[in-house]
Amino acid sequence: MDAILLQILNGLDKGSAYALIALGLTLIFGTLGVVNFAHGALFMLGAFCAVTLQRLLSLSYETIDETKTDFLGNPLKVKTPYVEGWFGPEVGGAIIDWAVPLSVIIAIPIMVGIGYAMERGLIKHFYKRPHADQILVTFGLAIVLQEIVKYFFGANPIQTPPPDALLGVVNIGAAFGLEIAYPIWRMVYFLFSVAIIGGVFSFLQFTTFGMVVRAGMADRETVGLLGIDIDKRFTTMFGLAAAVAGLAGVMYGPINPPNYHMGMDFLVLSFVVVVVGGMGSLPGAVLAGFMLGILESFASTTWATTTIPGINQIIIYLVAIIVLLTRPRGLMGRKGVMED
Amino acid sequence: MSKFNVTRRGAIKTTAAAGAGLALPTIFTSSAYAITNNPTGGSVTLGFNVPQTGPYADEGADELRAYELAVEHLNGGGDGGMLNTFSSKVLDGTGIMGKKVEYVTGDTQTKSDAARASAKSMIEKDGAIMITGGSSSGVAIAVQGLCQEAGVIFMAGLTHSNDTTGKDRKANGFRHFFNGYMSGAALAPVLKNLYGDDRKAYHLTADYTWGWTQQESIAAATEALGWETVNNVLTPLASTDFSSYIAPVLNSGADVLVLNHYGGNMVNSLTNAVQFGLREKQVNGKNFEIVVPLFSRLMARGAGENIKGIVGSTNWHWSLQDDGSKAFVKSFGEKYGFPPSQAAHTCYVQTLLYADAVTRAGSFAPCDVAAALEGFEFDGMGNGKTLYRAEDHQCFKDVLVVKGKENPQSEFDLLEVVEVTPAAQVTYPPNHPMFGGDEASLGQCNNGA
Repeated sequence: MDAILLQILNGLDKGSAYALIALGLTLIFGTLGVVNFAHGALFMLGAFCAVTLQRLLSLSYETIDETKTDFLGNPLKVKTPYVEGWFGPEVGGAIIDWAVPLSVIIAIPIMVGIGYAMERGLIKHFYKRPHADQILVTFGLAIVLQEIVKYFFGANPIQTPPPDALLGVVNIGAAFGLEIAYPIWRMVYFLFSVAIIGGVFSFLQFTTFGMVVRAGMADRETVGLLGIDIDKRFTTMFGLAAAVAGLAGVMYGPINPPNYHMGMDFLVLSFVVVVVGGMGSLPGAVLAGFMLGILESFASTTWATTTIPGINQIIIYLVAIIVLLTRPRGLMGRKGVMED
Repeated sequence: MSKFNVTRRGAIKTTAAAGAGLALPTIFTSSAYAITNNPTGGSVTLGFNVPQTGPYADEGADELRAYELAVEHLNGGGDGGMLNTFSSKVLDGTGIMGKKVEYVTGDTQTKSDAARASAKSMIEKDGAIMITGGSSSGVAIAVQGLCQEAGVIFMAGLTHSNDTTGKDRKANGFRHFFNGYMSGAALAPVLKNLYGDDRKAYHLTADYTWGWTQQESIAAATEALGWETVNNVLTPLASTDFSSYIAPVLNSGADVLVLNHYGGNMVNSLTNAVQFGLREKQVNGKNFEIVVPLFSRLMARGAGENIKGIVGSTNWHWSLQDDGSKAFVKSFGEKYGFPPSQAAHTCYVQTLLYADAVTRAGSFAPCDVAAALEGFEFDGMGNGKTLYRAEDHQCFKDVLVVKGKENPQSEFDLLEVVEVTPAAQVTYPPNHPMFGGDEASLGQCNNGA
């Protein structure tokens, strides 16, 4: 029982990242009709916002410690972060410690800006081009972005630890007499994802802007005929989608250390999530994200891998095939969306 | 109505076509090799085939630094580095047999087909007479096979799978780096001292040649101590989140987790294991322990705090205090500003060993060079007395057992050496079952065109 609940939690956790990326992909699909292969790169850029802030906060001045030597036998240069010099070791140390959560604040404007720049600067020129061109240009953009990140940050993973207060595990099954020790930060990530998903849905559901966007997604031409500049709103949605992917990346850093390739690792799976959920369906993307996360988690258990060897590597694609055969529009895809 | 004209079928078809296009092999040609193994001009070209892109690009960059340093030293530049400490004294800083050493580089991308293509291009187009480098056993075995066919010498870089000098050994290929069996043999006694002989081990293993042989070696070595192997789960190389593999460990009754992972896999699996509180856990009345059989300082940096106190093995470490290591660290550190990695060390040594063998043989012909390397005993290269065994072209030398340092003095000071295991303890017969048994053979040396 404990093991099953633990795998469900693991699945929800992994599913959170899939759901957030797939949500952004679907927003862009639904509004602009573009298959954005650079979306994984936006997730990666978000994670590197945290890396960058961590590095900025850790910028240090050097003092020489004559009592110690470095690897060449020279006097050791001791680095002290400027923030610790300015605010004292306690406050300065705490600021560095909370670098990842603080990154959320800077990541939102940065990612919205990157989203705007991407859409206005590149992707909008491809709306009338064949889809192969759109896929190639966004895929190319993803490669360019990850190579830029690799140039500045190297190819190895970089640790972005959570704050000390959120390190460690908590026994969330204690109230029910169960032993389910789960990392605190993973709980934080799941709750954060739920909050973001809730925020995006509320924004679309309860604001005038969101209403117009939904109308535009259903029938872009008619909304345009009403005198509404739907393109501008769709560009904003691209910015929003970029921010959602970016925030997913920022908070993912403490779970697995970011590297330049992490976007590509999630991209293909996120596309499968979108297709399984139903193209253009936001609730479908979220549902499929969590569902596939949980299935993948169970498929990795010892029982599953010994019963059907290799099931952990194919489960997501197997489910995608079954869903597409039985429900060709995906779990929650609607008739008429993305169809001739 | 809506101006959408994306169709699901169209999008999937286009995606598949784009994917297929990107996955096409880099080179289709299979023309006959045209090699010059007898350089006649005033220079000789070496081919450095390292990962310049992809997940091991940082290791590749460090390997390249080491190669550039080796070339500088061979040509008489810099302070000479290990040329001053190497027991063989035939290299005099005038290149190789009086010919200036030049080099070309290739990008393995840590993909076998790309690595073979770049090696082939360096041999055919640039006239490279020796290929060296790499940071993956899959790549090393693939390039070694190509060099055998092409008739050039292959001096392997970082490759730790038993197969490289085991069932896939080749007459034209040589490995200085240690292997999975040696890691197991070196680690086992230390693990017994630290954690006792009554342990239950759970293995997570990267699902490719290196992972398999590594797991087999460690399991055999620890079972010989009395440890029980509770389970071995193969994880896909592309895995990024290992939480669903870690969770079953908690209920398996195991009290040791062995991570047969390298690179990004190791960083992520170790981070996940620590996240799940394994290191604070008590199982069977003992502290739960984690073991990472193959350590690399570059990777340890990625794992950050999580590495502290974790035991593993390594081929070489910059903190060694023998003359060879000190000379190399000084040359490298002064040129680049930081200490070299074990990948850099093995690549530097391999280059000098090749140059030395050519000079001793008095010939660039691969079979003459191979004969000079076979059974060659040397010292002063950072690992103590070393033998290039003739039967399988594997170097036998001391192996370092290391532990993540609790209180690092600097960003490079991540590992501390807990034991130097003597070469005799990690030596095995050439026909050992883990190395292809009696059927494993080097084959015929190929002198090329």
